[in-house]
Amino acid sequence: MIYTKDLSKSYNGTTVLNIEELRIPKGQSFGLVGNNGAGKTTYFSLLLDLIKPSTGNITSNEVIVNQSEDWKPFTSAFIDESFLIGYLTPEEYFYFIGDLRGQNKADVDALTAQFEDFFNGEIIGKKKFLRDLSKGNQKKAGIVAALIGNPEVIILDEPFANLDPTTQIRLKQILKDLAEKQGVTVLVSSHDLMHVTDVCERIVVLEKGNVVKDLETNPTTLKELEAHFASNLVTQEEA
Amino acid sequence: MIKHFLNLEWKQYFRSSYWQKSIALNILLVFFALYFVVMFLALGFGLLFILKETFPEQDAFVIANGFLFYWIIADLMMRFFLQKLPVMSVKPLLTLPIKRSTVVNFVLGKSALNFFNFLPLFAIIPFSIMLIRDGYDTSMILTWMFTMLIIVLIINFLNFIVEAFSAETELSFLPLIAVVGTLFGLDYFNILPIKSLVGDGMLYIANNPIFILIPFVILVAFYAYNFKILKEKLFLDSSLKSKVTEVKAADLSWTNRFGDIAPFMQLDLKLIWRNKRTKSMAMLLVIGVLYGLFFYPQPVYREMEFMFAFIGIFSTGFFLINFGQFIPAWDSGYYKMLMSQNIKYEQYLRSKFILMVLSVVILFVLGIPYVYFGWKILIAHLAAAIYNIGVNSHVILWGGSFNRKKIDLDKKAAFNYQGTGAVQWLIGIPLMLVPMGLFGLINWLLGFEAAVATLVIFGILGIVLHKKLMRFITQRYLDSKYKMIDAFSQDS
Repeated sequence: MIYTKDLSKSYNGTTVLNIEELRIPKGQSFGLVGNNGAGKTTYFSLLLDLIKPSTGNITSNEVIVNQSEDWKPFTSAFIDESFLIGYLTPEEYFYFIGDLRGQNKADVDALTAQFEDFFNGEIIGKKKFLRDLSKGNQKKAGIVAALIGNPEVIILDEPFANLDPTTQIRLKQILKDLAEKQGVTVLVSSHDLMHVTDVCERIVVLEKGNVVKDLETNPTTLKELEAHFASNLVTQEEA
Repeated sequence: MIKHFLNLEWKQYFRSSYWQKSIALNILLVFFALYFVVMFLALGFGLLFILKETFPEQDAFVIANGFLFYWIIADLMMRFFLQKLPVMSVKPLLTLPIKRSTVVNFVLGKSALNFFNFLPLFAIIPFSIMLIRDGYDTSMILTWMFTMLIIVLIINFLNFIVEAFSAETELSFLPLIAVVGTLFGLDYFNILPIKSLVGDGMLYIANNPIFILIPFVILVAFYAYNFKILKEKLFLDSSLKSKVTEVKAADLSWTNRFGDIAPFMQLDLKLIWRNKRTKSMAMLLVIGVLYGLFFYPQPVYREMEFMFAFIGIFSTGFFLINFGQFIPAWDSGYYKMLMSQNIKYEQYLRSKFILMVLSVVILFVLGIPYVYFGWKILIAHLAAAIYNIGVNSHVILWGGSFNRKKIDLDKKAAFNYQGTGAVQWLIGIPLMLVPMGLFGLINWLLGFEAAVATLVIFGILGIVLHKKLMRFITQRYLDSKYKMIDAFSQDS
C-alpha cells in the first residue's frame, strides 16, 4: 500500500530523516515511535506532500505522492490543530470536509453519529467555534474529521496527547476497528509506548531519522521498547 | 531590562521570515519614508514664504497657528490608518520576574520613537528656524517648538486610545469618526471654536512659556490612560479566556448555484463574517462606496477626468484590493490541512475570484448614484469596474502566490489592534496607479472615449483569457506550495 524508497529529508545539510525502504501493507495498523526530533512528523509530512523530499519518494497505492495529487481522495490525516478551521463550528467543519470528500450532509451525520460516545456530548450541537473548544475537544473533532469519506489511509500524529483517559481508551478501540474490520491502513505516532503497542500490529522505532527497530507486536514488544528507550538513557548519561 | 527588550525586538524583526522574504517591500517603504521627509523639509523651509505670499497683510506665525487644528485632525486620521501600537509578545514575559509596568512603559516608550513622531519634526524645526531668522523672538519660537513636540506626542497617544476603543467595537473606524467628527463639528457649527482656540492657545503659550505645562499635563494624562488600558490587558486571562459566543449560522445555500466551488465560497463568507479582522475590513466597504463624495462635490475634481478612473478603480475595487492581497494568507492557519485535502487548487482560487468579482459588481451598482455628478463619471466607473474584474482580480491573485506572511485570525486583540499597517496600502498602489496613468495618458492624447475604451478593452481581454490566466496562476501556487506551507507554519 505505502512504499517508501530511499527517502531522505535534510535541512541545510543536516539529515533529519533517512529511510532506505519501508513497506506498509494495506490494512495494517502501523505505529511510529521515537524521541523528539526522531523524524516522526517529518515522515508524516512527506507522506502528505507538505514538504519536499530531498531524495527518494513515497508511493501510496501506486501513486507517487510528490508527483501526483491522486493520493488525496483516499488519504486523510490529522497532524495538529492547524488542520482545524477555527471559525467554524465542529458540524460545519465536518460538512466542509465532507464536501471536499464527496460526502453529503446525511453521510457526514451518519458517520459522526457513531462517535457520540467518543465526543462525550461536548462537540456536536454546542454552537461553539472550534477555536473556543479545549485542546482535547479540538483533537477529538480533528480525529473524527479524518475519518470522513471512507479513507483507505489515515494518518494521525500523536493522537493520544491531550486526550483524557476515557477518550484515549475509546480512541484505541476505534483505531483497532478501522484496521481490523474495515481494512484501513492506519498510521499513528506516539510517545506513549503502551498505547502504541495496544493499537498497532507493527511498530517502527525512529532514531535521528533512521529506522532502528521494526517489530511485529507481540506480548513482549512493550518490554522490548521500554528496554530500548531506557538503554538510550544510559548511553546518553555516559556520554 | 530595556536592553533585553531591545534585543528581543531586534531579533524578532530580523529573524521573521517576512523580513527576509520581502526586502523589496522594505526598500519601497524606506523610499516612501524618504519622500515624506523631503516633502516635510520643503514644507518647513517654504511655509513662511507661502504664508507671506498668500496672506501678505497678516502675521504668518498667527496664520500658521490658525491652521494647526486641521493639521492635528489630519495627523490623527493618518495615524489611525497607518500607525500600529507596537506589538510585543508578552505571554512569555509574564511569568518571568519583570514588573508589568516595565513592559507597558517599554511598549509605550517605543511607540514614541515611531516614524510618525519624527516626520513632523522635519517641518517644525525648519519652520522655527525660518521664523527666528525672520526676526521673531527666539525664546517665543523655541517655546512654540517644544509645545509642538508635546502636541505630536499627544496625538501619538491619543491615537492609541482611539485604537483601543476601536478594537472593542464591531465597527472599527467608528471611534475615529466619532472623535474627529466631534472636534470638527464643534468648530464648524461654532459651538466651540476649537480651531481658533487651538491657534490662540498656541500663541498664548508661546508668549507665556509657563503655560507649556498645560499641554504637558495633557500628555501625561494621555500616557497614564494608555498605561492603564495596557496594564489591564497584561493579564493572561484576558487573552486566554475565550469569549465564547453562540454561533449564529446564516443560510448560505444560495452559494450552491456556483457548483463545485460552493464549499469554498461558504467558507470564505464565514471567514469574513466570523473574524474580527476580516469583519472590520468588510465594514470598510462603506468608505469604498462613499469615497467619491470626497472628490466629486468639488468642481475642481470634476474637471480632472483622470481622477474618475482612479476613484472608479478605488471604489469598485475596494474589497478586491483589501481582501485579495491576503489571498491565500487568510487561510494560512489551516493551509496544511487544505493542501492535504482532496481539493482542486483551481476551485479554491476560483471561489476567491468569484467573490471579488461579485464585490466589484455590488460596489459599482451602489456607486451608480454618482451619475448625479455627470454621466462621464458613471461611464468611467463602469470601465474601471470592468478593468477591475478583468485585470486587477487576476493580478492580485497572481500576487498572492508571493504571499508568505501568516495571518493569525484567532488572535485575541490584546496588543494587535489593527493588524495592518502602511504596507497594506502600498500594495494597492500599482493596482490603482497603472489604470489611472493609462486612462490619464490616453484621455490626454486621444480623448475621454478612447480612454474609457482602453480600460474596457483591457478588462474584457482579461475576462476572455480568464481560463488561461487561472491555469497560469494555479501553476504559480502549485510551484510555491512547499514555501507557503513552510512560511505559514511559522509565527510572525
